[in-house]
Amino acid sequence: MDVVSRNNVTVAGPEDAPVLLLAHGFGCDQNMWRLVAPALAERFRVVLFDYVGSGRSDLTAWSEARYSALDGYARDVVEICEALDLREVRFVGHSVSAMIGVLAAAAAPDRFASLIMIGPSPCYVDSPGYRGGFSAEDIDELLQSLQANYLGWSAAMAPVIMGNPDRPELGAELTNSFCATDPAMAHVFARATFLSDTREDLKKVTVPTLVLECSQDVIAPREVGAYVHAAIPGSRLVTLEATGHCPHLSAPEATLTAIAGFLGNLS
Amino acid sequence: MSRTDPVPDRPKGEATASTDAAFTALLEDSAEELYESAPCGYLSTLMDGTIAKINTTLLTWLGRSREEVVGRMRFTDLLTVGGKIYHDTHYAPLLSMQGSINGIALDIKKAGGGRLPALVSSLTKTDSDGRPLLIRTTVFDASDRRAYEQELLRERQVAEGARRRAEEDRERLQEALAVLQSSLLPAALPPVPGMEAASYYHTASPDRLGGDFYDLFPLDGKRWAFFLGDVCGKGPQAAAVTSLARYTLRAAALHDPDPVAALTTLNTVLHERYAAGDPRYCTAVFGVLEPDGDTVTVQLASGGHPPALVLREDGRADYLPTPGGLLVGILPTAPFTPARTVLAAGDTLLLYTDGLTEARTGDQRELFGDDALRDFAAGLTHTGPQQVITAMTGLLNSFGDGLDDDTALLALGVPTNRPHPVSDTPT
Repeated sequence: MDVVSRNNVTVAGPEDAPVLLLAHGFGCDQNMWRLVAPALAERFRVVLFDYVGSGRSDLTAWSEARYSALDGYARDVVEICEALDLREVRFVGHSVSAMIGVLAAAAAPDRFASLIMIGPSPCYVDSPGYRGGFSAEDIDELLQSLQANYLGWSAAMAPVIMGNPDRPELGAELTNSFCATDPAMAHVFARATFLSDTREDLKKVTVPTLVLECSQDVIAPREVGAYVHAAIPGSRLVTLEATGHCPHLSAPEATLTAIAGFLGNLS
Repeated sequence: MSRTDPVPDRPKGEATASTDAAFTALLEDSAEELYESAPCGYLSTLMDGTIAKINTTLLTWLGRSREEVVGRMRFTDLLTVGGKIYHDTHYAPLLSMQGSINGIALDIKKAGGGRLPALVSSLTKTDSDGRPLLIRTTVFDASDRRAYEQELLRERQVAEGARRRAEEDRERLQEALAVLQSSLLPAALPPVPGMEAASYYHTASPDRLGGDFYDLFPLDGKRWAFFLGDVCGKGPQAAAVTSLARYTLRAAALHDPDPVAALTTLNTVLHERYAAGDPRYCTAVFGVLEPDGDTVTVQLASGGHPPALVLREDGRADYLPTPGGLLVGILPTAPFTPARTVLAAGDTLLLYTDGLTEARTGDQRELFGDDALRDFAAGLTHTGPQQVITAMTGLLNSFGDGLDDDTALLALGVPTNRPHPVSDTPT
């Protein structure tokens, strides 16, 4: 199995520089890093990829059984580390990938040096004594929104979008095709993301960790950021003056500064 | 620019003047009026989503006043919670990357608690340096369209469920058929002292029960009986006949092992059972093995079945003719033809159904035929029944889709340690 093409892995930056592995969250693919990756690649060996079932990954490698749980996505991360023999990995995970990074670091502790969690949440649904911000009905509504919007996806266009990684202009010509995802696979990823509860896994984090949150984020509200920060001893919490769930798109400069500041202090 | 005037004879200036006058009268609404009363909702937001401007149409749909909304609410405040997640994970990132996004289905919350199914599009306005300034959004009332789409989605889910159930049913059916099929054949052939026995069954279709059958079983301490047959037709009706034939022959053999007597009993039973309305019949070979020192005497009889093939130790292969035997079960009384042979060390008796000889081969799709089977058997290097069956299985596989019928093979013989030589002389 060729993990590099399966996960559409792309690498940039000096070969001998420290490794920065950027993992996209639910909803899009490695395109999400486009405003920060070039600047990071000046100082780091930047590794980008798409989870199987997202972006331009090999959709034939997807199985519902594996990708119904976050462990399946964590296996993607570990297998990429193994395929490229990445060591001392600085893992940057957005949204659900922050927790996927926690699971991957627990599975392969010798490969990870630090974690940067952007907008993390270990549990989206409220439960007694815990406020994740959402009810089960809210998640159902999200699943309905997914079903109502194919976002540039159609079974007929899929081979064009997915099959031509060397000709991205083909995909770019299609409206909303940046994050085109097979709706069935997106549905499974959404369920794995929003119905998971990985609060217990936070205890397993042993590497230096940065929790990076936005001041106004519906998906990862500040009390969830505080929860994650408190659950990981020694972690740092940085709150960006930004709205939404994607500071690397809405506030790329501030995001870069926070990442560089954290990694600079470590070295 | 060239253009074809639809009414070339009419004075052009006159027509234009009157149309312009009518248009002016109708279109005296200002840009402001166009914006406020457009048939769709308009709103402009700052980059953080704060609503800076909104038209009357959308305010009316929302059931809110301008004061409540402008500067106080963000665009996502108008969405359901699920819609907010969708907005932040899909809509906003795509808008940020593309500068625009079109026709996204979202539910807009009304002040009274109701919902407006809408199609939403946005465009980012940038300054001269390309920096984003604000987002312009249009909201279309898509109640009917969304209801229709939901119908389609529901239909699709129903169809998907039906497809899954059909697949499960089919798997269950195949499993049941496989169990039933195996009940029509012996699980394993019993050991016969001084002899070797081997068999093979090819199922043409996993969806349909086959009509071929065979068996080998002890009669008393000294003799063993065997049979192999082929019921007309396929499917459950054929399987019922197969079952009846198998147990009738077994019972008849214990009562009177004479091959002609056993087939006669089967004929009577089948004819009696199926005479009314739905005639069912079969072809069959029934025989008795009697080991005697180094040899085995075979007595058999055939009712309309292809002749058994005897592979001799020296490489010869000959049919054991049983001409004149009638199909079993088709007439109240029927003649069956007996035959006898003796098997010595290295000799093998091969019984088969016509799936083998009627397989289609080559470009012309010709029948494989009796002669080709005999030639193939004569060319085999083997030490006994097991190797004969292995070679025959290879032959069946080589037919590919030319083999479209069930095929049963039963080989009985006296094994030898010495593979017999391949015959040099063409037969």
